[in-house]
Amino acid sequence: MQQFLESFLPAGPLVVFVFSIIPLMIILVYALFAIWLERKVAGHIQDRLGPMETGGWHGWAQTLADLVKMIQKEDIVPAKADRFLFKMAPFIAFAASYGAFVAIPFSSGYIGSMIDVGVFYIVAITSLLSVSIIMAGWASNNKWSLLGAMRTAAQTVSYEVPVVVTILSVIIVTGTLNLMEITEMQTGNAFLGFLPSWLIFHSPFMVIAFVLFFIASLAEAHRVPFDLPESESELVGGYQTEYSGMRWGLFMLTEYADMLLLSLVGATLFFGGWNSPFGSFMDGPVWGAFWMLLKGMVLVFVMMWLRWTLPRLRVDQLMNLCWKYLIPLSFVNLVLIALWEMIF
Amino acid sequence: MDLSAVAFYVFSILIIGSAAVMVFAKNIIHSAFALMFTLAGLALMYALLFAGFVAVTQLLVYVGGILVLILFGVMLTTRGYFEKVKTRTVNLLPSTIFVAIIGVLLIAVFTTTEWSTMPLEDGEVTMTGLGELLLTDFMLPFQVAGVLLLLAIIGAVLMASSARPPHQPPQAEQPDHPDEDPKNIS
Repeated sequence: MQQFLESFLPAGPLVVFVFSIIPLMIILVYALFAIWLERKVAGHIQDRLGPMETGGWHGWAQTLADLVKMIQKEDIVPAKADRFLFKMAPFIAFAASYGAFVAIPFSSGYIGSMIDVGVFYIVAITSLLSVSIIMAGWASNNKWSLLGAMRTAAQTVSYEVPVVVTILSVIIVTGTLNLMEITEMQTGNAFLGFLPSWLIFHSPFMVIAFVLFFIASLAEAHRVPFDLPESESELVGGYQTEYSGMRWGLFMLTEYADMLLLSLVGATLFFGGWNSPFGSFMDGPVWGAFWMLLKGMVLVFVMMWLRWTLPRLRVDQLMNLCWKYLIPLSFVNLVLIALWEMIF
Repeated sequence: MDLSAVAFYVFSILIIGSAAVMVFAKNIIHSAFALMFTLAGLALMYALLFAGFVAVTQLLVYVGGILVLILFGVMLTTRGYFEKVKTRTVNLLPSTIFVAIIGVLLIAVFTTTEWSTMPLEDGEVTMTGLGELLLTDFMLPFQVAGVLLLLAIIGAVLMASSARPPHQPPQAEQPDHPDEDPKNIS
């Protein structure tokens, strides 16, 4: 990818710049599409049509119109808020989310950095997200914001444990933390002669690991049924209550980027990343990016589907689910996967 | 001056500046957020020295774990959410003398030590190598650290649960109206 860019761009910082903003372009286009999709999915699940007017065909320009509206809104900072922290929080939130995309292999030809610690780095850098949400909640000087921030802190710290343990159980099988190498291991259609050799087909316990990972990643991305940090009906909007205009837009963008990030990590760890499901058919770097994003979008769609299907959990139920069910199950599953690896 | 030297000085300024803010800030929450920049700056410094694993661990443990706990603790333990938690300056004279002595000692050590620089060795510390070392040569320290952490967790759970015994129903022996003596009613 870098050589390809160097072939038509003047060498030096410009190549590095273009190379590093590719994920940003993907996130922006994805966010425009995903917000529209969320509205359409919500509409159709509730037996209505969703946005139909803006832009003509099925309201495709609705998000663009919202974006223009958000940009021209006044940037309001509450009088009693902590101005500096209040203004800084959305940027740290998005930086944490964007920084994690460095280690995601979008196709066989593009990964931001081939760092050895790959998925461990993603887990670490997304923890900045909860700090920035606490920052936003505290700096807003608002009861609901602070309550939302506290819930975020408790929720993220708790649900990080099952996420890390399920990722660890995948690492036992792969033996590497680099997501590119993990994807390369899943190339081919060896399993049962026709199924792709994705890690989810590796053993029955991998299916359990994926389910646990997906539930915990819903909580990490603050999606329903775990959207307590921003629950509109009880906390008005949680940590983002006092935000408006583009700063709120950045939080929204972060939330959607986080969904994509966790979906892509899930797709890479369990569903073969940029590998084609049909062996060498429709393979290659460009098709690889297509498969990767398609797998990610399918998981994002499931997240949206769940949002309009399930009610929200209470705080105690949230903690019970994590500490009494998910964490013991994920540890048992870890041991079982390790045993499976030892025996077979 | 090459790019890594520039990065070194930028990160150094970030670390020292945020550490100064952390020490001098009157508001304890500002101190906590300044600490975040200090710890993240240290992680950047490790990354600059090709210690990727240490950098990521620094970020995960200190920023993601300990800092969140500090913030959580400060917010939960203060009475009233919006009462600004202020710190004040006490013991000005003894602390100045103490800091001066430590400063002189540090400068003395810094100037008298012969600093030797080593060329960068090829080959990053890989995760596989680290894991193998932990499970072979350093097995005993690794296990001891694990047992110590387990003890700490059990102790924390014990302390948290003994503060509020679960079997006693709350306010079982207290009368509904504190003004009335229950014996008089019966």
